Amino acid sequence: MAENWKITLRVFRQKENQASRFDDFQMEVNPDEYVLDAVERAWAFHDRTICFRHACHHSTCGACGMRVNGVEKLSCITPIRDVTHNGAILKVEPLRNFPVVSDLAVDMGSFYRKMETVTARAVLPITEAEIENPPSKWEADDSQYIRLSDCIECGLCISACPIVATTPEYLGPAPLAAAQDQRLRRKPELLSIVDCEDGVWRCHSAFECTAVCPSFVDPGRRIMNLRTQVVDMRLRKLFGKA
Amino acid sequence: MDQTRNQPSAGKFWSWFIPIGRQTGGWAFALNRVTALGLTLYLFLHLAALGLLAQGPGAYDKFLALTENPIIKFGEWAVVAAVFLHGLNGIRIILTSFGIGVTRQKQLFYGFMIVAVFVILIFTARMY
Repeated sequence: MAENWKITLRVFRQKENQASRFDDFQMEVNPDEYVLDAVERAWAFHDRTICFRHACHHSTCGACGMRVNGVEKLSCITPIRDVTHNGAILKVEPLRNFPVVSDLAVDMGSFYRKMETVTARAVLPITEAEIENPPSKWEADDSQYIRLSDCIECGLCISACPIVATTPEYLGPAPLAAAQDQRLRRKPELLSIVDCEDGVWRCHSAFECTAVCPSFVDPGRRIMNLRTQVVDMRLRKLFGKA
Repeated sequence: MDQTRNQPSAGKFWSWFIPIGRQTGGWAFALNRVTALGLTLYLFLHLAALGLLAQGPGAYDKFLALTENPIIKFGEWAVVAAVFLHGLNGIRIILTSFGIGVTRQKQLFYGFMIVAVFVILIFTARMY
């Protein structure tokens, strides 16, 4: 069994009409526990007014995204061992680029609306999914099987993207990845949504979205692929094939 | 509540240059921004210097004599460095935008930066 660590959990605090500050909580943790466990412990045993979002504890709901020592992480699957060391500080802050509602909880409404704009799918036919070792040929009735979309809408990519920070109108990585996933040839009505000033061409290839994505969506790669889809659609239009 | 602190806005461009929490792609992005700003500034200085030609050869010769000043010389070196860093980083962006090397963009960045540093070193040796 791993030896316990003594850490200082430093939590961003901001309530209505108050200036922001950081509160420190000294605690003993098993380094193989997760960051969310430490936050919950601070809430349970130190300060019941700490506000944060969480639900599933296994990286499915996407609710517990926050910045851990400055980097966007899904706190329920981030081992404490990976982000700090014995006797050190573990700093948690709300996601960037979203208004703070209270402490670590942010208002993700604008992000969800953008996901709706591109008609992001929560589930998709397995024949359209990017899966490991797909069959060389799908059978006709395989499309009856569906699977959950990879994106768990945690918003980490929106927080990490340097372009979102300065351009609120930018669709952002997850919505663009959701558009790519649907394929413009199958859903041409998405073309005008993504092929615009604040769409797929606004990305400046920082790939921060891919670096922080906890769900292997790889938004950076999908955005680049979406660009080729847009060019394909434009060429088809040019030659009267669209 | 001061909700503006965490909201995106055009005025937050300074956040591009804060390295905390950024990863390789973010550093590449910041480097491209810094070098682009430097090259834009140089463009204006270059046009202003060329504008001296309108005042006759004497004015231009007087300006050229300034290029022996070590600070100006360092500025010239910085322009060359920025050209290679920005240009080669730009090639990485062009390649990934066409779907080439997207999953290897970090390695592309490191590779191009090694080339840039090598060329800058050659230029430095010849300049000084």
